[in-house]
Amino acid sequence: MNKRLPLGLGFVLLVMPCSLLVAFTHYPAVRALINSLWNNASSRRPSKFVGIENYEALIADEKLMQVLTNSGLYALGTIPLAIFLSISMALLVNSKLPATGLMRLSFFMPTMLPLVAVANIWLFFYAPGIGLASQIMNFFGLPTINFLGSTETSLASMMVVAVWKEAGLFMIFYLAALQAVPENLKDAARLEGAGPVRVFIDVVFPLLRPTTIFVAVNALINAFRLVDHIIVMTKGGPDNSSALLLYYIYEVTFRQRDFAYGATLTVLMVAILGVLAAFQFWVLDRKTHYQ
Amino acid sequence: MTKGLNRIFMTTLAFVLAGLWGLPFLYSVWTAFHEEKYSANFKWNAPITFENFAQAWNAAPFALYFLNTLILITIVIIANFILCTLVAYAFVRYKFRWAGLAFGLVMVQLLISPEILIVENYLTLSSIGLTDTIIGIALPYLNSAFGIFLLRQTFMTVPKSLDEAAQIEGAGAWRVLWNVYVPLAKPVYLAYGLVSISFHWNNFLWPLIVTNSPEVRPVTVGLSVFATVESGVEWSLVNAATLMTTAPLIIAFLIFQRQFVANFMRAGIK
Repeated sequence: MNKRLPLGLGFVLLVMPCSLLVAFTHYPAVRALINSLWNNASSRRPSKFVGIENYEALIADEKLMQVLTNSGLYALGTIPLAIFLSISMALLVNSKLPATGLMRLSFFMPTMLPLVAVANIWLFFYAPGIGLASQIMNFFGLPTINFLGSTETSLASMMVVAVWKEAGLFMIFYLAALQAVPENLKDAARLEGAGPVRVFIDVVFPLLRPTTIFVAVNALINAFRLVDHIIVMTKGGPDNSSALLLYYIYEVTFRQRDFAYGATLTVLMVAILGVLAAFQFWVLDRKTHYQ
Repeated sequence: MTKGLNRIFMTTLAFVLAGLWGLPFLYSVWTAFHEEKYSANFKWNAPITFENFAQAWNAAPFALYFLNTLILITIVIIANFILCTLVAYAFVRYKFRWAGLAFGLVMVQLLISPEILIVENYLTLSSIGLTDTIIGIALPYLNSAFGIFLLRQTFMTVPKSLDEAAQIEGAGAWRVLWNVYVPLAKPVYLAYGLVSISFHWNNFLWPLIVTNSPEVRPVTVGLSVFATVESGVEWSLVNAATLMTTAPLIIAFLIFQRQFVANFMRAGIK
């Protein structure tokens, strides 16, 4: 079998490259934990150990509660919608309908654009009066809605942008999975008299399960990782109605220059992701093996 | 008969969905190619103009931004190719104590990506004095868990007999890597390279935090600085700038469509 790794070679192959990874992944995670126990240094006094003071502030922070609610709603809103739409798209593109190439291009195009560009495009689309959204509403005689300027619609508007950007990529994964579904399984179901809907629900969808899990994990990580559109479009507003956790970290740390609280929020973020990962690992472990 | 109706219904549904999906982008394209006065009122026969692109190009140092993005991507990809290859090779070809644990620790980066750790990574960067430099933007991304994973999966499919044959011919560890493993992974390098380009072309938050001066800004940050509508920039210019900064990606996609799609599929199948 495999040889033992000699020390010198191991240093070059593993230790050197991985030290970079550790320096920007593990080290900062640990350091965030340490820094969250200290307060900010100022010009007059150095940073001092404050124990769990920052965490007490965390619990008392009402704005944070809203941010966490927003993040939860955002994840719960975007992930199922993106999955549903991407499966629909994959089915359409994989069908024998005309112009599937053009459809695929239309669905996949947003995935190619940087999120900042996507944000600009939708900023214009949503713009009151001038944007296509309000022009369409005017055309039908509906009142103009300030999508980004109202607390009721800002978060939902951000979700639409995220789904628009992501669904095309997920469609590709489903397309791959659909093409791997054995034709004879579907034929057998059809012989038994199953219609196209039954074939999809009973034969195809169960086979798509690993893809769905992969897509869900990715969508979940992205829901926490990507806030470019928030920075460009709403800056978390109005009234924090569209602020997500990572955006809040950005705002606290780099606008208010509160690095200690930023570190505390980072610890919270890592903890949330860890719990979600553990949960998903558990689900994955139990349910994927049945094929 | 119902089959025909069904088909018409599905086709209509598909076209409506694809049309709606394309609408925001097409509207942006339309505005970019027309004078500002048409951005509020749509006229199908309004004259097409390239003036917006020329104005946007001259209003901000976009050539410099493009160059910065290009340098950034080149640094990251070269580093990724080398470092991920080394690590994947070690995991596939050798056994060592705690290999499983080490691999698990590497994979942590898939979950806790550098974007999440902006606070501490910024402190690290400023303590070594690399803020506001291109190498500073690249630093957290030089090694990548995703790349290591992808290459490890590929290297595992290399037949052991090939490896052994090379050893019998007297090849050492480096020769085996270079002459056996790397050539067999060529399509994966191409695919991973394409994904990397798209990822780093799109990356925004970290470069936004790290950079201060136009000399090091990548296009995404440059675009966001230029396109703040509150500062009075016209919509037609914003849209032109948006398209301009994404055009290379779109063109690359249209050329490499097949590889792109195949590669994203491969990433998904794992």
